[in-house]
Amino acid sequence: MDLVVAVLFQLVYGIANLALISLGLAIIFGMMRVINLAHGEFLMLGGYTVVVATNAGVNIWIAMLILAPLVVGIIGVIVERLLIRWLYGRMVDTLLATWGLSLLLIGLVTSIFGASTATTISPPLGIIRLGDYSASGYELFLIGVTIVLFIAVFATLKMTKLGLVARGTMQNPEMSSALGVSTTQVYMVTFGLGAAVTGLAGGLLAPVTGVLPTIGATYIAKAFITVISGGASILAGTAAGSILLGGINGIFAFITGPTIGEVALLVAAIILLRLMPRGITGRFFRKSL
Amino acid sequence: MTLSRRNFVMGTTAIALTAPATIGRAQTDNIKFASILDLSGGLDIYGAPMAETTKMAIEDINAAGGLLGREVELTMYDAQSTIQFYTQYATQAAAGDKAHTVHAGITSASREAIRPTLARFKTLYFYNTQYEGGVCDYNNFCTGSTPAQTVAKVVPYAMNKWGKKVYIVAADYNYGQITAQWMQKFVAENGGETLDVEFFPLDVTNFGPTINKIQTAKPDMVISALVGGAHVSFYRQYAAAGMLKEIPIASTTFGVGNEQKLISAEEGNGIIASYGYFEGADNPVNTAFLERLTAKLGADRPVMNELAIRSYEGAMLWAEAVKAAGTADRDPVIEALRSGLTYNGPSGPVTIDAQTNHCSMNVYIGELQDQTWNIVESFENQPPADTQLVCDLVANPNQSTFLFENGLAAAGIE
Amino acid sequence: MNGNNTLRQMRPVLVFAFIGVVFMFVAPYVLQLFTIINLTTAIALAVLALSLALVWGYGGILCFGQVAFFGLGAYAYTIAAINFGGSTWAILVAIMVASAFAALLGYFVFFGRVSDVYLGVITLTVTLIFFSLIRRTSGPEYKIGNALMGGFNGITSPPLNLPWDTSSFLFPEHVFYVAMAALILCYVFCGWLVTTHFGRVCVGIRENELRAELLGYDSRLYKLGIFTVSAGIAAIGGVLFCNGVGRITPDVFNLYNAALTIIWVIVGGRGTLIGPIAATFGLFYLTSALGGQSVLNNNLVLGVILIFFVLLVPKGVAPTLTDWFTKRRKPRRANRRRRRSQVNKA
Repeated sequence: MDLVVAVLFQLVYGIANLALISLGLAIIFGMMRVINLAHGEFLMLGGYTVVVATNAGVNIWIAMLILAPLVVGIIGVIVERLLIRWLYGRMVDTLLATWGLSLLLIGLVTSIFGASTATTISPPLGIIRLGDYSASGYELFLIGVTIVLFIAVFATLKMTKLGLVARGTMQNPEMSSALGVSTTQVYMVTFGLGAAVTGLAGGLLAPVTGVLPTIGATYIAKAFITVISGGASILAGTAAGSILLGGINGIFAFITGPTIGEVALLVAAIILLRLMPRGITGRFFRKSL
Repeated sequence: MTLSRRNFVMGTTAIALTAPATIGRAQTDNIKFASILDLSGGLDIYGAPMAETTKMAIEDINAAGGLLGREVELTMYDAQSTIQFYTQYATQAAAGDKAHTVHAGITSASREAIRPTLARFKTLYFYNTQYEGGVCDYNNFCTGSTPAQTVAKVVPYAMNKWGKKVYIVAADYNYGQITAQWMQKFVAENGGETLDVEFFPLDVTNFGPTINKIQTAKPDMVISALVGGAHVSFYRQYAAAGMLKEIPIASTTFGVGNEQKLISAEEGNGIIASYGYFEGADNPVNTAFLERLTAKLGADRPVMNELAIRSYEGAMLWAEAVKAAGTADRDPVIEALRSGLTYNGPSGPVTIDAQTNHCSMNVYIGELQDQTWNIVESFENQPPADTQLVCDLVANPNQSTFLFENGLAAAGIE
Repeated sequence: MNGNNTLRQMRPVLVFAFIGVVFMFVAPYVLQLFTIINLTTAIALAVLALSLALVWGYGGILCFGQVAFFGLGAYAYTIAAINFGGSTWAILVAIMVASAFAALLGYFVFFGRVSDVYLGVITLTVTLIFFSLIRRTSGPEYKIGNALMGGFNGITSPPLNLPWDTSSFLFPEHVFYVAMAALILCYVFCGWLVTTHFGRVCVGIRENELRAELLGYDSRLYKLGIFTVSAGIAAIGGVLFCNGVGRITPDVFNLYNAALTIIWVIVGGRGTLIGPIAATFGLFYLTSALGGQSVLNNNLVLGVILIFFVLLVPKGVAPTLTDWFTKRRKPRRANRRRRRSQVNKA
């Protein structure tokens, strides 16, 4: 019984983890059709913000929850102004530009901080006990944060004026522009928001993963596949993609080991896209966000 | 007319490709030393400290008047964590630069890309990395430690301390798989039991399911051969689940990329590892070396690990051999190296073993406390016993093989 | 089919091919030995870029996993050559394996009407599956015939030999000729293919799939066809690559290489064949030259160059250069026409 609960907990955590690293990419891809290959580096920058800030004596919670999204969000806005805004409507060119950006960011961080940076942080919060099993309290916290983050993004899109304008621009940019909406500003804010969410995710993962300039590469493929499998809807798509792929990965990893777990995730994504060529939300929950 | 203008593209390419061959390659009287390491990309955590100590070795040699009255000229190539660049730069160093020796390679894959190229151009090759053992090549000197030197020491030490039931986690590639085999062998030899062996792709960052499995198996200890930046997550998640205090960890890989600095003190305290070098090695050469390094690079210099020290000692072994041979030509230098040459380096005396072209060296067991390794036990002059089982270059010098490519069958382990 | 017409359309291709032949015979006398040896790798990658230029630039299929066929070709060649003891049939096996796999995968996706970026993700995912699976195969139990898979370390590739003469191996400096010849032949073949009826239908489907279907063309079959052909060409690149490097490792299947192939084609220009080839040589030279310096971080320099590129030369090298020349020529031609008409009037 304890084992079942412990395994279920890990399964949920695996799904939340996948959703957390994918959400920022989904916002940018879903709203603007920009494939951000520098997504992994945005996560890395979030992690670096936390490591550098805590080394300078900042409280870890402030570093993770405020500084990481703030810094990466600002970087996102700068990147949008300098680079992405020239490339709207040219999805393939954004591939090249963001790939260049990803190399640039890795090179920049390596040049400034060296190949690796010493850290002193460890996951805050204690340990949860389940009979013979134990799990990190911080993992439970991360599951909670992921849920809260989804609700917050939902509320922003559904209930605020910004969200309304953003959704309108996403559906029909010409019409919104004709109605007096500054689409360039909407795009700038959206990209910044996506970057901030990514920065937050990177910051939150900093205490449980290694933080290195090249670590982004381990996330980008998984996040990319999850978002595309999910389809065009930002929240429902990411959630559905994460639950399906993360669930399959977790189950196979527990039964057969992590390599087969990864392969199972990839095979599931292929079969899914063959059956639903527009992703999960291309077929189900079409009206959702 | 238009078309002839268009071929501008091809023409420029051709000229551009010629450029490195003709520019700045003036023949000098210097002795040429080439280094190929990954200084960018995913493997730079290993390559960067190795490059620093290589530079320092060449500076030290030149400061002492060079070799045979000639200056040693260092050419460094960055293979950018890509195998094809190893072949390419090895060709360039051997056939283009006419280097007298090439010190190169981090992963076994990179070494296997370089080895045939340098053998073809008859260029002396040093591989200064700890690895799974088994290279048997007259032209190739492997100065790093192998499993019979380190795994054989850390397994009994940890089992005496913690108990007989062992759970093994390892990186899912050649080094991890072969090292896991050695671990099982030494666990069995010491009367222990391996409960399970699990392999992880190099980009896994979520170790939750495995931690559950370890909790189910209830071993006395975990032995790890996890590698690289992503796998640092294992140690953090393991400590976060409160496991490190209950089931301790021993490792043969943790720390070789200075991973102890990537996790906090309480996440790493008590981890045990075995290498041919720790900064705490107690000898005057080491103390002086570290002082000079700090003076050169400042207080935030990289922590020295086995890879970095071997790069220094590898260069120094070669320099000693050149001095002994009285020439930098390959064949006399190889003979000088194989005559049982010893160099007193920061890790202690390092002696070339003529049977295998590997090194006999001191081996240390370290325990991690507050991000620093404290040496708890040391073993002097350990031979590369695993490679000796399959390789005899004295009896049969004309070979260049890698016997462990076939797993451990060659060493008699199933 | 008008033969003269085809020849006229192919004139630029033949001119570039001729330049290639000249380069092939002159280079070994002008360049240093190591440059010639290292060029083989660049040529192999250029063949890969060419294959993507065909399937993406002309077929409109964004294949994010072109390296899958490249790597598959290299692995198939290596394993077959070890087992057969010679390279002649192994080359054929490599092309067959990659094409057959592409045909299967293509049937799976095109007949499922998967398109756009979703297709890119499927092909990328397939590539990553190869990466994960082959990396696992380091134990002695993973053996195909006499060939050990070797896992992460990869397999040493046997060198090419003269056709049906397994005793005379080619030296790396001779492989250069083979590679260059293969590149030129593949280039001429692709140049010819796009002028054929088949090629023009593919371009029509790229421009407007619905219209092409309404005209009675089964777009799925044409896509499958060009996809399979390009996979075969990628496999030729793979064979050359493992000969140039001397071994093949699972690294060819990683995300970095998959994205790099796309970048060559974007930089060279979609819709041309010579552009991606030139871009591959250019970027290859750049990255290997960067590796010889240690002042600046390589990623930093490469990143800055790519970003400037996408902002300043958005269409890619070859189309931009072509535009530039036509723009310069237009006024002249217009002048000539005006003069001629004045003469006529007079």
